[in-house]
Amino acid sequence: MPYIPHTPEDVTEMLAVIGAASIEDLFDEIPAALKTSVLAEVPTALSEMEITRLMGERAAADGRPLSFLGAGAYEHHIPAPVWAIATRGEFYSAYTPYQAEASQGTLQVIYEYQSMMSALTGMEVSNASLYDGASALAEACLTAVRANRASSSRRVLVPRTLNPTYLQVAESIAGNQNVAFESVDFDRTLGRTLVDSLRPYEGHDFTALVIQQPNYFGVLEEVDELVDWAHANKMLVIAVVNPTSLAILKAPGLWGAPESAVRGADIVCGEGQPLGVPLASGGPYFGFMTTRMQYVRQMPGRIVGRTVDSQGRPGFTLTLQAREQHIRRSKANSNICTNQGLTVTAATIYMTLLGAEGLALVAEASLARTAELVAALTAVRGVRCVFSGPRFHEAVVALDRPVGPVLAALAERGIFGGLDLSDRFPELGNALLVCATETKTDADIARYAGALAELQNAAVPARGAA
Amino acid sequence: MTDSMADLPKDLQYTKSHEWVRQLANGQLEVGITDHAQSALGDLVFVDVPVSGTRVAAGQACAVVESVKAASDIYSPVDGVVAASNGALAERPELLNQSPYGDGWLMRIALDPGAALPALLDAAAYTSYLADEAT
Repeated sequence: MPYIPHTPEDVTEMLAVIGAASIEDLFDEIPAALKTSVLAEVPTALSEMEITRLMGERAAADGRPLSFLGAGAYEHHIPAPVWAIATRGEFYSAYTPYQAEASQGTLQVIYEYQSMMSALTGMEVSNASLYDGASALAEACLTAVRANRASSSRRVLVPRTLNPTYLQVAESIAGNQNVAFESVDFDRTLGRTLVDSLRPYEGHDFTALVIQQPNYFGVLEEVDELVDWAHANKMLVIAVVNPTSLAILKAPGLWGAPESAVRGADIVCGEGQPLGVPLASGGPYFGFMTTRMQYVRQMPGRIVGRTVDSQGRPGFTLTLQAREQHIRRSKANSNICTNQGLTVTAATIYMTLLGAEGLALVAEASLARTAELVAALTAVRGVRCVFSGPRFHEAVVALDRPVGPVLAALAERGIFGGLDLSDRFPELGNALLVCATETKTDADIARYAGALAELQNAAVPARGAA
Repeated sequence: MTDSMADLPKDLQYTKSHEWVRQLANGQLEVGITDHAQSALGDLVFVDVPVSGTRVAAGQACAVVESVKAASDIYSPVDGVVAASNGALAERPELLNQSPYGDGWLMRIALDPGAALPALLDAAAYTSYLADEAT
């Protein structure tokens, strides 16, 4: 059977049946102003040899920069077996199993993945993954709206220490379903959210409080206090976490004072990329979501369960499908979610190879490298650390001049020096978010600090010049 | 015609979306799903009923019943407020299969003051509706 879905004759026949003159007619409902003509400018096809050469040249033009960028996607060493195994023919299908029970191996990988994510986050159930961390947060907010019977407000409290891109995506997805987001400011000295800044919301109906740990600035939030405050105010807690950090930080399922009536976050989500998925221009990555068993029917996405067949032999099956879109159509828990089969397979292999101890070593090394990076950078004239709160593997430093030109000059030297925060957090001044993981050596850190010192010492400071 | 149609309680009223309505002595309306509906859904694994105080509107989805193969909306037959919902279903959704007109009731609704009782089907009319639907 050829893998060509339909011939021109098939197309003509199908159009005749539905009474459309052309395929273009099927898109009539899209206003002309919104249609693009860009595709008309796509050049004609190249041969394999030509395209291989072109893409090779483009890739070489990018170089091999030394990257200290984090802000949601992190460079970690990926052991060679991870993708050697993930790209085996048996696994190399990037999408969800449609003939599910015929794919026992795929289902078992997802089941193992769910078990690992549940253990890592300290929660009872995990779904089979989502698109990415940001859309996972949007789905977590919608899940909270369905799950929190004590609230009817559809309002979610969001500290400004949350990755601003996540908030944008959550507003795009959940905002159109009448979920509103209320922003909470952070402490300028510590770089984290104070419970005191939440007090004005006491006595008001909010569905959930979002807590990112470590937060966007890399600073650790006082999660126990925040969780207990949210539960005391009848809100659910949505934790946004970095999975690597969970190897050494308290699992969200244990957040809150030990004596508190309801312990732990209620929904946990985040970006799975650090677990064996290479950095790319925005993806493909994967999002994860775990929750309490009592909310399992409110959680979107697929869940694989273990069972026995009619002869008592163990096997795996998709379970709790009744609220998925292939059955509930527009009334499904989510109509935009998927599982990211291939990247989840890689993450499962990554976690299996590293084990809990290996992941903890990655986390500890990243923590140590970032401490060294901050020490090296703040030793440079005109560079200071912005927040005093304890952190994981990212930090905000401030320069005595605008960040943009400095980053551009560093890029010319083959160094990605971090993320300029001055657009989104102008109140922090010339702030730069930097990250170092276990992939950075002493020499790498010295090279960055050296290049920055050269720039800082050579140029005239942008302000304070007499 | 199946046995279940012959056994339709005569004191209830029915909707075309397969809910039944019982008028209680206190004026509230008890709502459930018919034997035909539970039989069509199969073994129920989860029943999601609204909490007391929830406002419901005639013809709008107000509860969800989930079987191993489908999750289906339950539509309120009237405008009103949920006065009570059947908490036993959370632990024992099978009550709905075993006793659709008794222990498997879903919720009791207090009609809005002055609201008229909606025009619903009696047992005979629902029986012939089912017969028509089957053909």
